[in-house]
Amino acid sequence: MPHIRLPEGLQGIRGPMAFRPETAKPLNELAETLLHAPNSLPAGDRELIATYVSYRNDCYFCQTIHGAIAAAHLDGDEDLVKRVKADFQHADISAKLKALLVIASKVQRGGKHVTAADVEEARQAGATDIEIHDTVLIAAAFCMYNRYVDGLATWQPREESLYRERGKQVAREGYVQVSRQYIPEPELQTQGA
Amino acid sequence: MPHIDLPKGMPGISAGFAFRPETAKPMRDLAHLLLHEPNSLTPGERELIATYVSSQNDCYFCQTSHGAAAASHLGDAATVKQVKTDFTHAPISEKLKRLLVIAGKVQQGGKHVSAEDVEAARQAGATDIEIHDTVLIAAAFCMYNRYVDGLATWQPRDEAMYAQMGKHLASEGYRISSVPQPPRKELSTAG
Repeated sequence: MPHIRLPEGLQGIRGPMAFRPETAKPLNELAETLLHAPNSLPAGDRELIATYVSYRNDCYFCQTIHGAIAAAHLDGDEDLVKRVKADFQHADISAKLKALLVIASKVQRGGKHVTAADVEEARQAGATDIEIHDTVLIAAAFCMYNRYVDGLATWQPREESLYRERGKQVAREGYVQVSRQYIPEPELQTQGA
Repeated sequence: MPHIDLPKGMPGISAGFAFRPETAKPMRDLAHLLLHEPNSLTPGERELIATYVSSQNDCYFCQTSHGAAAASHLGDAATVKQVKTDFTHAPISEKLKRLLVIAGKVQQGGKHVSAEDVEAARQAGATDIEIHDTVLIAAAFCMYNRYVDGLATWQPRDEAMYAQMGKHLASEGYRISSVPQPPRKELSTAG
């Protein structure tokens, strides 16, 4: 049971986002910019970083939904998502993404764990400054989203098909667009008050 | 030295914000809502939660700038120091102590927060929205702290600078930068 009275029937982060639409807005905008907006890193790569960090933080909802979004971007390759979580060094991904995942895993433990050598390795594999920046921020942001979702003990049903369908929709439409389906309009709230 | 080519002379998170304005905007909006906008928890109390989490995450820039913002709101720097070292004996309300326990658990990981922690906060008068905001402030600082240290930003040891910054944050909030912006030329090169 959630620690506070969240709207019923909304899974994971959707509960607290509907509970507090004011903070949901920047949280969705940040996810949109980092994961969905055009970027030299493909959306599938960015979702794999988000999935990996959420897995390391042991957040079921986040690793499952972002894993599903990643798979949707990667032609439905759920197996690749699984392999990245289990052992990304041997997964069929670019050397650049492997080097970025090393940085992300350091950020997950704490910002100071990232070394100049980690960054140099990513640069040698072709990563740009903005890609390194975004990797650090995606990893940092998921240390927030994961804690938000688990810190409130949100409802996280174990139902893979639900995540698979949602993943396709978010991959297609993005975070801000999909959030309009479950976050109450501020105007309607005012009318109701 | 920062890990990437950040604008020079900008301390801590302001360099990351100037480097990438697209992500800066929602991050500033979130901090402004959580720490500065009207709330049943005072801005001083919310800044103390941010400072405590940043101290637990060992982020010098964040604990010093938010500590200065808290001191500016409270008119009392000694309490800020005491909250960081041992909040159970600090001159703060029982409710804030209970919320700091929750924030400390979130810092370790979301699953550490127990129903008992939440019940104790509620017994001390905390509302659902205050518990929500405490969890989200603590979670958000696990992001801001990692962003600031993960890029190895410049974090000068200059107490006067942080005192100035704290006053600005306390009066203006987070939507406007509290430090001078880099020259236009540098920004356009980054773009």
